[in-house]
Amino acid sequence: MADLKPDANQPEEATIDEICAVAIAEAFRGDGEILCNPIGTTPIIGGRLARATFEPAMVMTDAVSVLAANPLPVGDDNAERLVEAWMPYRDMFDVVWSGRRHIVMGASQIDAHGNQNLAAIGDWRRPKAQLLGLRGAPGNLINHATTYWVPNHSTRSFVLSVDVVSGPGYDRVAPLSAAIRASHEIRRVVSNLAVMDFESSGSGDEPRRMRLRSVHPGVTVDEVVEATGFELAVPDEVPESRLPTGEELHLIREVLDPQGYRKAEFGG
Amino acid sequence: MTEDDVVARLSSGMTIGIGGWGSRRKPMSLVRAIARSELTDLTIVCYGGPEVGILSTLGKVRRAVYGFVSLDSIPLEPHFRQARQQGTIEVTELDEGAFYLGLLAAAHRVPFYPTRAGLGSDMMLMNPDLATVTSPYPDADGVHEDLVAIPAFQLDASLIHMNRADAAGNGQFLGPDLYFDDLFAKAATSTYLSCEKVIATGDLLAEGSLHTLKIPRLFVDGVVESPRGAHFTECPPDYGRDEAFQRVYAATAKDPEAWRAFVDRWLEAPSHAEYLERLDAEGEGA
Repeated sequence: MADLKPDANQPEEATIDEICAVAIAEAFRGDGEILCNPIGTTPIIGGRLARATFEPAMVMTDAVSVLAANPLPVGDDNAERLVEAWMPYRDMFDVVWSGRRHIVMGASQIDAHGNQNLAAIGDWRRPKAQLLGLRGAPGNLINHATTYWVPNHSTRSFVLSVDVVSGPGYDRVAPLSAAIRASHEIRRVVSNLAVMDFESSGSGDEPRRMRLRSVHPGVTVDEVVEATGFELAVPDEVPESRLPTGEELHLIREVLDPQGYRKAEFGG
Repeated sequence: MTEDDVVARLSSGMTIGIGGWGSRRKPMSLVRAIARSELTDLTIVCYGGPEVGILSTLGKVRRAVYGFVSLDSIPLEPHFRQARQQGTIEVTELDEGAFYLGLLAAAHRVPFYPTRAGLGSDMMLMNPDLATVTSPYPDADGVHEDLVAIPAFQLDASLIHMNRADAAGNGQFLGPDLYFDDLFAKAATSTYLSCEKVIATGDLLAEGSLHTLKIPRLFVDGVVESPRGAHFTECPPDYGRDEAFQRVYAATAKDPEAWRAFVDRWLEAPSHAEYLERLDAEGEGA
């Protein structure tokens, strides 16, 4: 991928990790007072960034067992928490089932309809590679909004067919109950190359398919299409993913991740 | 009781619930007592941590029933991963929330609890015995919704580790999360509780608020005093996870010789007291 050039309109040069954090933050825009629950370093920075800027009503965990009202630096177990509620795991399931939650999860594989595999590569009976497992994905997907973060966009991660469905996509949910269809939403898929969504419906009764929403600076549409193992819907006009504002860069670099943990996912 | 007294009350083929969560407040001294026993053909039911890897690799486990298996700071338990890839254990893998309902159903003595979790995912394919039920109540459109019936976990015994308890079995957790230990206790025919320290009943409220007394003796059949009994998993506020030790354990998955040495030195230590002596000797040698 091309190096990012400094932009005259930006106070400082934004790097790809920061652009991805902002793309994840954007997924929460409009969510209001829900539990913002990003998993993983870049998603946590993105979620905390959204709350610190345009979604102040969201609640967030300290990644252990409380809801903390202040912006915590990622990876700092000793940061002082402004505790607003206790959130042990059992209560977390109540939040999941209430629908008032938007999670960001990883996906080792994802397909055109948004089916996610976190569980295993190969036959689940005796996998070639055991991955994290189903975890909470089956319950998450059918109860509340989900965004996926895939830091290694390639034909190995964006695949024609996933080996195991942990989190069901639009085709799997189409025949289920009205309550499930009303709660199921894959808001975005953010990768190191681009942002995708499912906002264009298929024709007629066709389930929704993944569509290219924006490409990160320095990435071409063709590069994204080539790195995707299924036919990605590509609109006529594909904008560039937005750059972080000066305030966002300050928050990412000085407040939310002063240690630069976010660089690790980008080979830094 | 001692750890070995607890194991004497268990038998091969049993279904055993294990409290804690991942690599957090696991009853490890009891797990090691099983590891050095003759018990085999066990079904273990847990939000899994190192107990799954240890007991699977030692050939004690026929089936693992879990919401996940993780060491937290090491996201995938490497011995469990190996057992899965070599096909040496049978598994019942459930959505994390669905797993909770299996405990809850057993605790409430009903055959199942319904949930939507699992519909549309491969959880149904991976567990062909899982059935669905149709709601007797119509939704707003008059439709009777299908739900997954998570069956009650029939636990012969549960093992949990608490920060404090009295001799009668009233258990107290002092950390940030009870996890599901109260449900493990209520779901099992017999529950054995290990704890950091046995104290007088009258001293329990000096240790923590009323809200920390979540395990009444009604649901406990035996108490083992086991200081550092959760080692190497965390047991806050008494101690954190021994990350260095956990890394050594994890690394043995790729090195049969190191695994043999780990089993000899740690898992086959003849008692918890001897385990602690070895641990302290290690610390002084470092």
